[in-house]
Amino acid sequence: MASIRLQFEIPGKLKTWSLGLIGVGLVALVFGMITKGFSTDEHEQVHFWGTLMYNTIFWTLVTNASMFFICVTTLAMGGWQQSFRRIPEAISTLVPIFGSITFAVLLYVVLSDKHHIYHWLDTAAVAKDPILSGKAGFLNAKFFIIWTTLTIGFWSFLGWRMRQLSNEADVEAMDHETGTKFIFRNTVRAALFTVWFALTVGSTVPWLWIMSIDAHWYSTMFSWYTFASSFVSGMSLIALWLIYLKNKGYMELTTQEHLHDVGKFMFAFSIFWTYLWFSQYMLIWYANIPEETVYFKHRVQGPYKGIFFLNLIINFLCPLLILMKRSAKRNYTLVTFMAVLIIFGHWIDFYQMVMGSLMKESVELGWLDFGILSFFVGMMIFFVGKALASKPLIPKYHPFLKESVIHIV
Amino acid sequence: MAKKKFVVGCFDDEEVLFPAVGKVRTAGYKIHDVYTPFAVHGLDHALGLRETSLHTAGFIYGITGTTTALSCISWIFTKDWPLNIGGKPHFALPAWIPITFELTVLFAAVGMVLTFCYISQLAPFVKKHHFHARATDDLFVMVIECTDKTNAEDLKAFLAANGAVETDIQIAEEGWWLGRYDKDEMRFENKQIVAA
Repeated sequence: MASIRLQFEIPGKLKTWSLGLIGVGLVALVFGMITKGFSTDEHEQVHFWGTLMYNTIFWTLVTNASMFFICVTTLAMGGWQQSFRRIPEAISTLVPIFGSITFAVLLYVVLSDKHHIYHWLDTAAVAKDPILSGKAGFLNAKFFIIWTTLTIGFWSFLGWRMRQLSNEADVEAMDHETGTKFIFRNTVRAALFTVWFALTVGSTVPWLWIMSIDAHWYSTMFSWYTFASSFVSGMSLIALWLIYLKNKGYMELTTQEHLHDVGKFMFAFSIFWTYLWFSQYMLIWYANIPEETVYFKHRVQGPYKGIFFLNLIINFLCPLLILMKRSAKRNYTLVTFMAVLIIFGHWIDFYQMVMGSLMKESVELGWLDFGILSFFVGMMIFFVGKALASKPLIPKYHPFLKESVIHIV
Repeated sequence: MAKKKFVVGCFDDEEVLFPAVGKVRTAGYKIHDVYTPFAVHGLDHALGLRETSLHTAGFIYGITGTTTALSCISWIFTKDWPLNIGGKPHFALPAWIPITFELTVLFAAVGMVLTFCYISQLAPFVKKHHFHARATDDLFVMVIECTDKTNAEDLKAFLAANGAVETDIQIAEEGWWLGRYDKDEMRFENKQIVAA
């Protein structure tokens, strides 16, 4: 493998850009903290903490989706992803970092008793409210904190175990027996992660973190909808890094064929997201029961109307029409454009999920949102770059690497 | 349909088949088709076949389905027979999406299957000539169409030199015709000549 560059060197431009973005983000964060976060006006406080909440949750889920991608492809005995698996691995190193930020934000919201964000924190109101007291076993501060700790802790730990195992593929060539054992151990660790992922992102965590903002309202589909949102953005993020590294002359073993399959994931999960979005919407629209339509009332007919339908256009119509063609999924420029669009679209989706419930009267999408976004994008670029440089880019002794090299769609 | 003259070369290994396909094409012969027991990755590129248009056809069938569903339902529920269903507006788009989706899938699926059968010349009560029965079992069968200028014997030797285990010359119908395989007594017999 003489011609293959295994060591990623962080280009100066990447570092400058990431630090610049983090700097812009920090300025916005500090300025927002002073003018809004610690102001006495409740509206401003909710604006600040809500913005932090949806950004932290979005980026934690998106980076965690990378580890989910590795684990499910491992469980499916997939070989094609091996040539670029170090990219999702590097992205998933962000889970502990973004996870701790999310944890800090949520902990502050719960412990400082911000019941304008989480209405169920108000124990006096819950006691008088038959619906909320019925949910009190799930929606209470103690359970929230314990479950959030476990969730983020196990995501980080099980993901770390998976990445540790991957290091063995750099050491030396494996004979048949070692290889079989290696694959088996991969399967076990991937299965553990996937089960924990299903118990958290697949069901409880989006209910707890996001849906409980509308404490009375519930939709069992909500978690899957959130999962689809984060997974499709996660695949787009992988595609972006893949294309970036290809442009810099790395990833010689990864070709259009791999990009095509990543593009298929982006396309398919955009459709899947729409399916869940629509299933949730249509049932509520059809039944037309006031306690259910309360979620959509100000989104479809109120100030969030524009964002609500923009969301549908960016996340459904654009991927459907643009990514449908085979040649589009194999085109580096188009996939880059679509990946950025999809990540932005789902960020907007998280925006309306959280802020649509917190600030029903007006849409205040502005400097604070984009500032905090820039902070997370900068952090993401900085740490993924670092993680990519810390390991060889290709697990060259992985037993399935050859499958990836000869992969043709 | 007119009968044509074909030279048939059989290969028992795809490793031999791929270079042979390349050499036959470079030599200027026109490959009618290669029959394989299973889907061989990359053979379409080696044969220089163009990208199939089946998916474009599928897209057109799909939007035909979408248009049919939406125009039909909207005409029924707003013009022809407006009904008050649960106080919903007559133009109740969300309620129609599932049906629209189903018709889109139905039109695309049925349309693509029928189109695929037509371009592969497959249908009930229709027959096609089989160049070699073992093409469905363990042989890769390359069929080359002869023109007036083709020297069939030379071509046979050329194929054998490039690794063909069997070669022969057949005069056969190239397309499909009405008939049934189960009425055909000659079904499993073949008149192939084993070379070298």
